[in-house]
Amino acid sequence: MTTVEETAVLAPSAAPAAPGPKAATRRPTKLPGETPAFVPYLQALPLALILGFFLLVPIITIVVVSFWDYDFARVIPDFILTNYQDVLGSWVTWKTYLNTLKYTAIVWAITLSIGFTVAYFLAFYIRTATMQTVLFLVCTVPFLTSNIIRMISWIPFLGRNGLMNGFLQSIGLVDQPVEWLLYSDFAVVLAMVHLYTLFMVTPIFNSLVRIDRALIEAARDNGASAFQTLVHVVIPLAKPGIAIGSIFVVTLIMADFSTVQVMSGGQSASVALMMRNQMSLLQYPAAAANAVVLLVVVLLMVAAILRVVDIRKEL
Amino acid sequence: MLSETRGWGFWLLAAFFVLFVLFLYGPLSTIVLLSFQGENGGLTFPMNGFSFTWFGRLFETQAVGDFGGSFRRSLSLGVMVMAVTVLVSLLAGLAFRRRFRASTPLFYLAVASLIVPSILISLGIGLLFQVIGIRPAWYSSAFGAHLTWTLPFGLLIMLAVFNRFNTAYEEAARDLGASPWQTFRFVVLPLILPSLIGVALFGFTLSYDEFARTMMTAGTFNTLPLEIYAMTTNVTTPVLYALGTVTTGLSFLVIFTALAVVLVLQRRRARLGSDAGKGTL
Repeated sequence: MTTVEETAVLAPSAAPAAPGPKAATRRPTKLPGETPAFVPYLQALPLALILGFFLLVPIITIVVVSFWDYDFARVIPDFILTNYQDVLGSWVTWKTYLNTLKYTAIVWAITLSIGFTVAYFLAFYIRTATMQTVLFLVCTVPFLTSNIIRMISWIPFLGRNGLMNGFLQSIGLVDQPVEWLLYSDFAVVLAMVHLYTLFMVTPIFNSLVRIDRALIEAARDNGASAFQTLVHVVIPLAKPGIAIGSIFVVTLIMADFSTVQVMSGGQSASVALMMRNQMSLLQYPAAAANAVVLLVVVLLMVAAILRVVDIRKEL
Repeated sequence: MLSETRGWGFWLLAAFFVLFVLFLYGPLSTIVLLSFQGENGGLTFPMNGFSFTWFGRLFETQAVGDFGGSFRRSLSLGVMVMAVTVLVSLLAGLAFRRRFRASTPLFYLAVASLIVPSILISLGIGLLFQVIGIRPAWYSSAFGAHLTWTLPFGLLIMLAVFNRFNTAYEEAARDLGASPWQTFRFVVLPLILPSLIGVALFGFTLSYDEFARTMMTAGTFNTLPLEIYAMTTNVTTPVLYALGTVTTGLSFLVIFTALAVVLVLQRRRARLGSDAGKGTL
């Protein structure tokens, strides 16, 4: 297996999904008439400034404020650990994390299965590049429309008098409308799968199209069945794509509050929804402490994924 | 796989793919249908006649909070985010072509921007503006919040583009006496133009639909997604679907315009008989 992976890594593959800074090292030595050395710094400066001010500084602010005190109307600069004691000492927090992790596990498994199957079909069964692009775009277009609208669009489908219940009743499968279709865990999971599967399809598709077809032919020539080729050649080579997709899906679900709120009809909770409620009550330090805990959990999950699969080869 | 005849595996997977596409588009089509619901119709089927009532209601302030204003703000914000995303990602993409110190931390910062939960960005920027005493507004704090989401995408696309960019074209231009600016303007830019349109498309649509990052950063006036989100809890008429149809229609318009422009660019390049870009597109 290692040999296969190494071959793929050594092969000068086309267009990685997310090439890293290492790509720059491939460039040959400096040519005469080339731009001076300070130019890259100037070119990278706007990105660094924007991310510094709108990402790094806000996160530092959250960490600082999480130690502040607050009352019903304002936040008071201080250094107290009460916020963290409240967050970690409350069983509501633990229950909410458990609930969020439940959604994450279920949705991850489903999006991975659907995402891999779709990407596999596009990469190996569609012959022309044009057709691949067209079908891929068909999958991408909904991703570029509003998440909230896509969520709402399930309501006439799943509601008490919705299409699904009408269908189930007309074929005589149920007498009464099924109540758990909308405003339930089922609805939350369904909407999340609907919203996030594309984040799995894209990176896996990118990994799959880069697999050298000679490897698959070699497997077949050596007598491997289609299933054996899939398990022993394709899936190991798709691991970086699977990891990147998983990072996307897991972080999106861990941070989700709108899907949970709308699709569960307010009956279910998630970590971000708990934060949002604290924010609407102006309990910013409490929300900040929650945010720090959530960030740590999310980073640990990403680190765990990266421990299992080394995506640096991909970058 | 890769066999000459299409076996049962192909048809099985093709059926799965069709189901997936139906799953993606099916629900969306139901709200488009229901937005033409008759005057006495409700939020679900059956259709109670056919009318444009709900589209008309969009422009009455009592039915929807401030549709016109929020729509204008979201459009302007989307265009601002698009312009900055294209420019900044392009510059950063050019920077990453060379080795420079701090390139690795900057790359990881951009990746972190994708991973950090969006509600944290919202809360963090909201708090930051509160602490330094600036009133948050859609054109300042929400603008920055959106950029933390669009710029990493833009950067990743530019890195992918430049990673497979054939430097021979630039060398040829240089050998023929072009200045660095001329090389960029007449060789590099035309070659990467389709990708830049892709970055622009991402920048606009991601901002136009962004909700979580705007929540704490929009200030006094709502953007469209915030308005729609508020409506989900208190509007019980198909006016909600009419709004959904209009905004989705606009998204589709933007997406297909971008695709059409890319297609025209490629046709034009092919027609002019230049071999520029072969192997890079």
